[in-house]
Amino acid sequence: MSAAAGHGASVRIENCGKTFADGTQALEPATLDIARGETLVLLGPSGCGKTTMLRIIAGLELPDAGGKVLFDGKDMTLVPIERRNVGMVFQSYALFPNMSVADNIGYGLKIRGVAGKERASRVAELVALTNITGLEDRRIDQLSGGQRQRVALARAVAIRPGILLLDEPLTALDAALRDRLRGELNRLLRALGITAIYVTHDQAEAMELGDRVVVMRKGAIVQIGSPREIYFEPKNRFVAEFVGAANVIEAPLADGHLILPGGRQPVDPAANLPAAVAMIRPESVGIVEARTAPLTGIIDSVSFVGDRQRLVVSGAAQKPLTVDAPNTIKLKAGERIGLSIAPGAVRLLPPEI
Amino acid sequence: MRDRLIFSAQLIFTLIVAAFLVVPAGMSITAGVTANYFRGIASGVTLQWVAQVWELYAPTILLSFVIAFATLAVTLIVGVPAAYALHVRGGRLSRIVEEIITLPLAVPGLAIALALLLTYGSFGEFRRSWAFILAGHVVFTMPFMVRSVMAVFATLDIKTLDEGAASLGASPWQRFRNVIVPNATPGILAGSLMVVTLSLGEFNLTWMLHTPLTKTLPIGLADSYASMRLEVASAYTLIFFVMIIPLLIAMQMFADKERAR
Repeated sequence: MSAAAGHGASVRIENCGKTFADGTQALEPATLDIARGETLVLLGPSGCGKTTMLRIIAGLELPDAGGKVLFDGKDMTLVPIERRNVGMVFQSYALFPNMSVADNIGYGLKIRGVAGKERASRVAELVALTNITGLEDRRIDQLSGGQRQRVALARAVAIRPGILLLDEPLTALDAALRDRLRGELNRLLRALGITAIYVTHDQAEAMELGDRVVVMRKGAIVQIGSPREIYFEPKNRFVAEFVGAANVIEAPLADGHLILPGGRQPVDPAANLPAAVAMIRPESVGIVEARTAPLTGIIDSVSFVGDRQRLVVSGAAQKPLTVDAPNTIKLKAGERIGLSIAPGAVRLLPPEI
Repeated sequence: MRDRLIFSAQLIFTLIVAAFLVVPAGMSITAGVTANYFRGIASGVTLQWVAQVWELYAPTILLSFVIAFATLAVTLIVGVPAAYALHVRGGRLSRIVEEIITLPLAVPGLAIALALLLTYGSFGEFRRSWAFILAGHVVFTMPFMVRSVMAVFATLDIKTLDEGAASLGASPWQRFRNVIVPNATPGILAGSLMVVTLSLGEFNLTWMLHTPLTKTLPIGLADSYASMRLEVASAYTLIFFVMIIPLLIAMQMFADKERAR
């Protein structure tokens, strides 16, 4: 939909921290640049400060003294939300129960003094875009969760905001619907070309939607990168384990090999350390013949999950490894297998802080 | 068989309790239209007492309604925005303010009246006008309005609705008018019902604050009980009933309709 394209603004937050009245620090001072048209995902467990950061950008919270919020280079720190021209989708949707679906979507336009006829055509356009045709006259309490989500999204983009802010918009939905809406949301964000900031604790959402992902923990930014970067090159154990499944093992190093109970595992030869914390993704482990393999283990359990089978292999490292094997090989518990892992798939992490 | 027995027992108990409340009211009402209470209803039925009360107290009754609706107006204009501000702002200060507003529920009406007299008694014009009673009634009824509106806010997550409207560009006043008030309507109606009935029936405070020229229904009632024939006082009760019951039913119906919407 070209009508709203090109309305994106760039965002910069400078030194924005947030300490609440009771003294708890929800967010350590952080600086972050978001390019025009980019979708940035703030990812982290609950209490990591991601929502606080979103609310500071929205104008619903004021950053601590010294913090600044800039849109397209203009200082917006003290501008209230109603004059920031942002669209916001709330976790609880915040749809107005006293208005119909169409009135909800058109509310922002009405506030902006858009005439009735133009407003109606704009609402119709958004109703079509978000696939809720036929629901225009319904009351909010007559809608399902997924429908409410679409109305909330339509309402937020109706005003052609410079920045779209989404606070866990899919969390309240069941898993199947969440997957479907995630895809729809992705297409919509790309189509609108709008700058979007998306808060979630779900790494699958972050991977699919984000141009860049900001991983946060305990009020601080841990890593910023593309979905591939944070998945394949996590900076530390927290990111490795939070983003996707990971085996994190500690082992001594000797001439480019991890010395493990089940054998030796080659790693990136550039690493010249006495010992390492290493991260191996379950899907990067190949199953090979045990006799010839440098690293072997015994299958503890096999769980068939459809598209793959998940094994727990003990004896290879100090603790059992999780391994994803193709769903076609026949494997059973108690069997000894060889494990083949490319040196590049072993990510060495800095020692624990 | 056993169920029937239990049901009958419950029914009889309910009827006895209801009778305990209804019979005195009925007695009083019939006394108001009896020619001579001491000779009983056999002495004849008359409207003379009612007419006499109306003649004597029509201005009092009128003033009562004026004060009740003025009280409602003030509690609406002040109470609803106050509830909104207290809810949205939150925090310790809001809690303290809320407690202070609620205080008149615990403090006896006489004490409130005394405080008002001590503070404003020397402002002659104000003291002599019905606005003085209005002030007392507003103090007394405000917690009911604020509390019932805040109760609705608490169930609605009004803070997020408010933020949602703000994100769409609505100013605080637009948010208040388009989103807050329409969604708080059940609480506003419940609060209004309380405020009007409490104001109409309020005695303690009003008794301390009234002047011979600023009397309300209950003061007139006490007056007639103290100084006139029992039949006149009863006729007064009858008028009180006739005035307040339809009002109560009308407001209740209005509230039900709004809730069903």
